[in-house]
Amino acid sequence: MAQEYSYVRTEMLPEQEPPSNAVGALVWVRENLFSGPLNTILTLASLAAVWWILSHLSGWFLNSVWQAGSLAECREILDGATGACFAVITDRWEQLLYGFYPSDAYWRPNLALLLMLVALAPVLFPGVPRKLFWFSAIYPALAFWLLWGGSIWPPLVVLAAFPLGFIAYRLVEPINGILATLAALAAPILWWFLLAGPVGGVLAGILPGTLEPVASDLFGGFMLSIIIGVTGIALSLPLGILLALGRQSDLIFLKTICVGFIEFIRGVPLITLLFTASLLLNYFLPPGTNFDIILRVVIMVTFFAAAYMAEVIRGGLAALPRGQYEAADALGLDYWKAQRLIILPQALKISIPGIVNTFIGLFKDTTLVVFIGLLDPIGLSNAIRATTEWNGVYWELFVFIGLCFFIFCFGMSRYSMYLERRLKTDHR
Amino acid sequence: MKKSVFLGTLTAAGLAAGVVGAATLDDVKARGELNCGVSTGLVGFAAPDANGVWSGFDVAVCRAVAAAALGDPMAVKFVPTTGQTRFTALASGEVDMLARNTTWTFSRDVDLKFTFLGVNYYDGQGFMIRKDMGVTSAKELDGATVCIQTGTTTELNLADFFKVNGMSYEPVPIETNAEAQQQYLAGACDVYTTDASGLAATRATFADPENHAILPEIVSKEPLGPLVRHGDDQWADIVRWTLNALIAAEEYGVTSANIEELAKGTNNPEINRLLGTEGDLGAMLGLDAEWAKRAIMAGGNYGEIFAANIGEATPIGLARGLNAQWTQGGLIYSPPFR
Repeated sequence: MAQEYSYVRTEMLPEQEPPSNAVGALVWVRENLFSGPLNTILTLASLAAVWWILSHLSGWFLNSVWQAGSLAECREILDGATGACFAVITDRWEQLLYGFYPSDAYWRPNLALLLMLVALAPVLFPGVPRKLFWFSAIYPALAFWLLWGGSIWPPLVVLAAFPLGFIAYRLVEPINGILATLAALAAPILWWFLLAGPVGGVLAGILPGTLEPVASDLFGGFMLSIIIGVTGIALSLPLGILLALGRQSDLIFLKTICVGFIEFIRGVPLITLLFTASLLLNYFLPPGTNFDIILRVVIMVTFFAAAYMAEVIRGGLAALPRGQYEAADALGLDYWKAQRLIILPQALKISIPGIVNTFIGLFKDTTLVVFIGLLDPIGLSNAIRATTEWNGVYWELFVFIGLCFFIFCFGMSRYSMYLERRLKTDHR
Repeated sequence: MKKSVFLGTLTAAGLAAGVVGAATLDDVKARGELNCGVSTGLVGFAAPDANGVWSGFDVAVCRAVAAAALGDPMAVKFVPTTGQTRFTALASGEVDMLARNTTWTFSRDVDLKFTFLGVNYYDGQGFMIRKDMGVTSAKELDGATVCIQTGTTTELNLADFFKVNGMSYEPVPIETNAEAQQQYLAGACDVYTTDASGLAATRATFADPENHAILPEIVSKEPLGPLVRHGDDQWADIVRWTLNALIAAEEYGVTSANIEELAKGTNNPEINRLLGTEGDLGAMLGLDAEWAKRAIMAGGNYGEIFAANIGEATPIGLARGLNAQWTQGGLIYSPPFR
């Protein structure tokens, strides 16, 4: 038994507060901001810079006018003081967000955006019920219908080609693998060009399901940026994966096509592709055909992003040790199973920062459509400035547009960091 | 729809692109809407309001043509075009006409195969300076820094002007008019040069317009007007004579206020022919007798359109100057309606 010694404590002492010279805001400041001469100088310089910026901007922001009919009225209200005229945002924010979309139909893009979040949830977060994937699958048709109106059947029928391709693959697979891939490609194409029209017509006859159509030239503002950006992002990732795999393929024909595509698209600036979409195609297409300009732009933006995406993913594929490929072969997996179960999950995880980087770049690049006369937020800022009321307003519009873009891009970047943490399996 | 587009592409891919439908009027009538190419936004000339309704001096020409051809001034689809896309949009048939402050030049008319249909605004390149510079003539600008939009004819005109007068200058290249305003106000350049109408519009937006002056020298000719493609003379005639009808209406004192009165018949045969109570000018164009009446009612006559969009009562405050009627010492002149 332990002997009792008078000089040995039997109970723990209560915790005590640290000495006052080791805690508190002052200590934190001393340790982090003024720990040495260099740090002190840097801190003071930073404070001066912050003060200088704030002292110049705060007046501008604090005096801002939010209710006025024109820049001249703003100036009257300010009466000589420096101040921002955010009244232009109050007056025109709907236009900056929706373009010329009919205002009684704003619920349609709003609903499309809301449903997009629902459709994205199962893709982005693991906790969401898997059954929602079915909704994600039909969402593109639904969004197209909500935004452009018309009958719901054409977009649904176009979308139906993908399950058809899958069924064709499954049917032919027992006979021959390469034939099955060909069948999976041929079935949707046949469907689109031969059957989709009549089937859509018949279905529309049974149940119309029409919304008031909205023409593409009424689309604008952030709605346009988001449509182009999200469609480009959603399409460029699968296309980029296919291109990256194709580039690594042993089939010389496939490989040449992929390399040629990637190098060609990466070799020209996006603005060139946009001019091609807006100008050159007009000469190739027969006169009178109206190949939707937004569709043209989305296709070009997708190609552009897919080429970059392919190279980002190729980087991920190259980073995998050779043993992973050999292990997949050793397990007897065929090519697609090996890619799906072993190679791509690891390669994509490695590529996440690069992929999100490309996404953010793509989203911001959508502002380039201003050069082909589409009224994205930048284009609308020009149009708003062209009215006699708001001519001369400059920074206020750009502050607003910049803020909106920052929210989107910052959100994407935060999500990518979350995803990296969630998928982190190493023990660094 | 997708299918027909694709098949159309296949079948017509080999066809020459120049085969744009010859009868533009029929296309417009079938569509029920005029596709009019305008600027993406230019103060006083074309801009959408908070409801997305376009208005402006160039827009008024589109509306008048739509009123004449379709009977509804609002039946216009405005296609915003940039300096780079405007000519392709017209040549490819994406728009039926272009009313986008486009300078009538030889090469655009002849080489690009367009037909300019008259002039709705006589512009010219001018200079704006701060009054405290104490300069009263552009010939005193030796050694000045000049804000100049790159890649435009104004850049070449500027070089010519300074060379001819044996002066030197330092260019500050800028991209857009909005950027130019900021640079000029920030003092990055002493002089801002662009078309005089643009200078006036820019000056009107300043907090202190009284401290800035536009110098009297105009160093270039910029006749701005609507244009259409080569190859459809009937359509060209419709747009040309719609513009002329607006101009003639001002000359004869036909306004949107008194047009109903005058359309009942007057003792001036020229007005009667214009408004369709006499002769059959409308039928010659392939339109009905009241085409010009509708065009004038769309936004008023030339003078009313000028006053409402860019005239002295507006913030832009342009004087008529060269754009006064020929009877008032200007250049605006319509051939007779006979």
